[in-house]
Amino acid sequence: MSASTAPLLAVEGLTKSFGGVHAVRNVSFALTAGEILALIGPNGAGKTTCFNMLNGQITPDAGHIRLEGREITGLAPREVWRRGVGRTFQITATFPTMTVRENVQVVLVSHEGQIFNPWCSTPTFALAEADRLLELVGMGGFAERPCGELAYGDLKRLELAVALANRPKLLLMDEPTAGMAPRERIELMRLTARIAREQKIGVLFTEHDMDVVFEHADRVIVLNRGMLIAEGTPAEVRHDPQVRAIYLGEGLVYDARHREDSAT
Amino acid sequence: MSFYVVQFLSGLASAASLFLVASGLSIIFGVTRIVNFAHGAFYMVGAYLAYTLTEQLAGTFGFWAGIVLAALAVAAIGVVVEMVLLRRIYRSPELFQLLATFGLTLMVEDLVVLIWGPDDLLGRRAPGMRGAIDIFGQNLPTYDVFLIVLGPLVLGLLWLLFRRTRWGILVRAATQDRDTVAALGVNQKWLFTSVFALGVFLAALGGALQIPRDAVNHTMDLRIIVDVFVVVVIGGLGSITGAFVAAVLVSELNAFGILVFPKISIVLIFLVMAVVLVVRPWGLFGKPEAPARQMPGLTVRPWRPLSVNERLAFLVLLIAAAALPLFAGNYVLTIGAEIAIFAIFAASLHFMMAVGGLASFGHAAYFGLGSYGVAMLAKFAGLPMVACLLLGPLMGLIGAVVFGWFCVRLSGVYFAMLTLAFAQIVWSIAFQWVEVTGGDNGMLGIWPDAWVATPATFYWLSLTVAALAVGGLRWLTFSPFGYALRAMRDSPLRSESVGIDGKRVQWAAFVVAGTVAALAGAMFVYLKGSVFPDNAGIALSVDALVMVLLGGVETVSGALVGAIVYKALAIWLVSYTELSKLVLGAIIVVMVVAFPKGLVGMWEVLQARYWPGATASGKARRAEVAE
Repeated sequence: MSASTAPLLAVEGLTKSFGGVHAVRNVSFALTAGEILALIGPNGAGKTTCFNMLNGQITPDAGHIRLEGREITGLAPREVWRRGVGRTFQITATFPTMTVRENVQVVLVSHEGQIFNPWCSTPTFALAEADRLLELVGMGGFAERPCGELAYGDLKRLELAVALANRPKLLLMDEPTAGMAPRERIELMRLTARIAREQKIGVLFTEHDMDVVFEHADRVIVLNRGMLIAEGTPAEVRHDPQVRAIYLGEGLVYDARHREDSAT
Repeated sequence: MSFYVVQFLSGLASAASLFLVASGLSIIFGVTRIVNFAHGAFYMVGAYLAYTLTEQLAGTFGFWAGIVLAALAVAAIGVVVEMVLLRRIYRSPELFQLLATFGLTLMVEDLVVLIWGPDDLLGRRAPGMRGAIDIFGQNLPTYDVFLIVLGPLVLGLLWLLFRRTRWGILVRAATQDRDTVAALGVNQKWLFTSVFALGVFLAALGGALQIPRDAVNHTMDLRIIVDVFVVVVIGGLGSITGAFVAAVLVSELNAFGILVFPKISIVLIFLVMAVVLVVRPWGLFGKPEAPARQMPGLTVRPWRPLSVNERLAFLVLLIAAAALPLFAGNYVLTIGAEIAIFAIFAASLHFMMAVGGLASFGHAAYFGLGSYGVAMLAKFAGLPMVACLLLGPLMGLIGAVVFGWFCVRLSGVYFAMLTLAFAQIVWSIAFQWVEVTGGDNGMLGIWPDAWVATPATFYWLSLTVAALAVGGLRWLTFSPFGYALRAMRDSPLRSESVGIDGKRVQWAAFVVAGTVAALAGAMFVYLKGSVFPDNAGIALSVDALVMVLLGGVETVSGALVGAIVYKALAIWLVSYTELSKLVLGAIIVVMVVAFPKGLVGMWEVLQARYWPGATASGKARRAEVAE
């Protein structure tokens, strides 16, 4: 990150309370284009709240969120999306009554600003681009399938295609591999990382699977009780005594036997 | 001054019944998540039974025993209904629950007439409370004093019941998370049944207590249910305190609104409701609901535009329909035109419900507005038919713009209740504003121009408009707008995060559907030569819902088939039986329980089972059938 140009995402003093619960307290971090940043922490640390503020689902009590130097704090999710932020959800959010391809086409239609154009037929809209995106995430053979009958892992991949459809600069992925089988997790994250690096997309993701985190993240930030307690390369964070005490535990990191337990 | 005090106290007395019924509805909703449309029917049956029992039982004790026994008896009926009907639909989409309980209401309306006759019944005055007390020189009936005390008393008793008893604590727990309560070993079935019984008891008690004040008749169910919906929308569904405060508010608005706008006092309530909805969409005491269950619960089969062959087939059918005047008489042609007009109406609601997931229980409002728009233009401005047909629906459009703006702020059951309330407001204005609308006498003598004056030519006109309207809506369904609407229905979360302005899209759909419904209403005026308040009535709204459901709410244009079958059936029924509402209600209930997919939906399932290769998504269909 050079000092002269603004980072892709700059978060400053982000704060949110629900009643008396301080979900997120004074969190600041930055993310550059093409960088993969992991946000980790125990359950209830405020990761999802943080995410929901970044893409506009909830409005922060205080603090600033800037995308390429421009303020996006408090904008509605659809406006944040228009500025180039894609999002996947902890529990996939797709359109179950449409085909896989149509799921992507709707997003393309929205991206092109054609929603209120009555002379345009959605099932034939931007076929090539939709199929390219599906191909990219390895869903090329599923284009005609009803989305509602996909397996969960495929839904996650479809959601990735959906999130990539507006050619985002920043991708927010809330537990991208939650609920997936171990092998699928690795594949999905490798895919995401490859796409991100090829297209210079900044990725911020939360994850409980430390294998995924330590394999792909360029940097890791650790949240506990709403506060940022550590930041650094995977190696630094892994050896941070505070992080170990609160979250990682001792000696279990990178231990295959631990995999199944960390799934949640 | 004293006049206003008595007016205020009289309003408080009216609030008692309203509160009883509304709290019952709220309690039932809290636990079962069902908005019990039949609540008005239970209220009405309570009043009728109380009438009979108080006539039979003599003396002071007899009167009060009659009131309580009536409420208990209706609660017992409620238990039967819960066990036989509701237990089958707890997991169904909200729309089906609303429709099933509505079907029940229709059945009760006919049954009540069958048992007690169609005339108003005047109940006995409460023994010992026949007098009045003097308040600053004005009389206030003693019975009103009793009701004023009763309201807060019941509120207090309910509070104790829910805070201090084991059962009450279980109910409150179930209100928050019924699955957890079930997992803790509570017999959910009986909890639900007992809650339903309590709610129905309160409704019936409310009805029974009305007999010394008001005549008992067979339309009181719809009147109360609209008031109750307004009360729970203002107070917040699920909150008993909210029900009390809102019942008082609404009753006082009624009491004083009569003085300010004697003709259209309901407008005042509408304004208050509108303000509450804008400031607190979940009512004064309500809590924001978790996102409603998703509408598509029955199938996941994606919609496809028609293939070339299917389009040709429809063209052939249309030509066949156009050939009807060659061999059919005038009566059949008039019915044909009526069916075509209702196909437009049903298709407009279908667009909103099937594509948008917005189940409107007051779609007749826009049909009625279109009708009155045409009638006023023809009567007051003397415009020719074509101009009226083009401009008249604008009134429906304006209505949809205004009402829709409020409605799309809500979803699920709140949306349904609010649309119904708006439709009742339109109906009330048409009914009460006699100078302009002619009130109950309607506006008469509006006939088509000479070029479409014969049944055959008018039939062709109706058919053309219907084909254009249905085709146009289908076109919209597959345009990006239709997809954005479906996207919003399937997953509001995802839609918002891919740049779709959901409320705006839904509002636009509301306006489109309202305008097309108004077009149907406009055509209907020229078919009948007249317009009446019933053109905006609840019965018509329900007709539209049934047509959509009959056709299949998960199909692209099932409403077309639904409209044809239903309208033909209804015309046939009315000519063969006096009890058309009973039959209709029974059909609705059976359909919801046994055939939720509707005719076209069933056809698609059969098609998938026997000709799986016939279509592109045949494989997918096979998979679905296999489940």
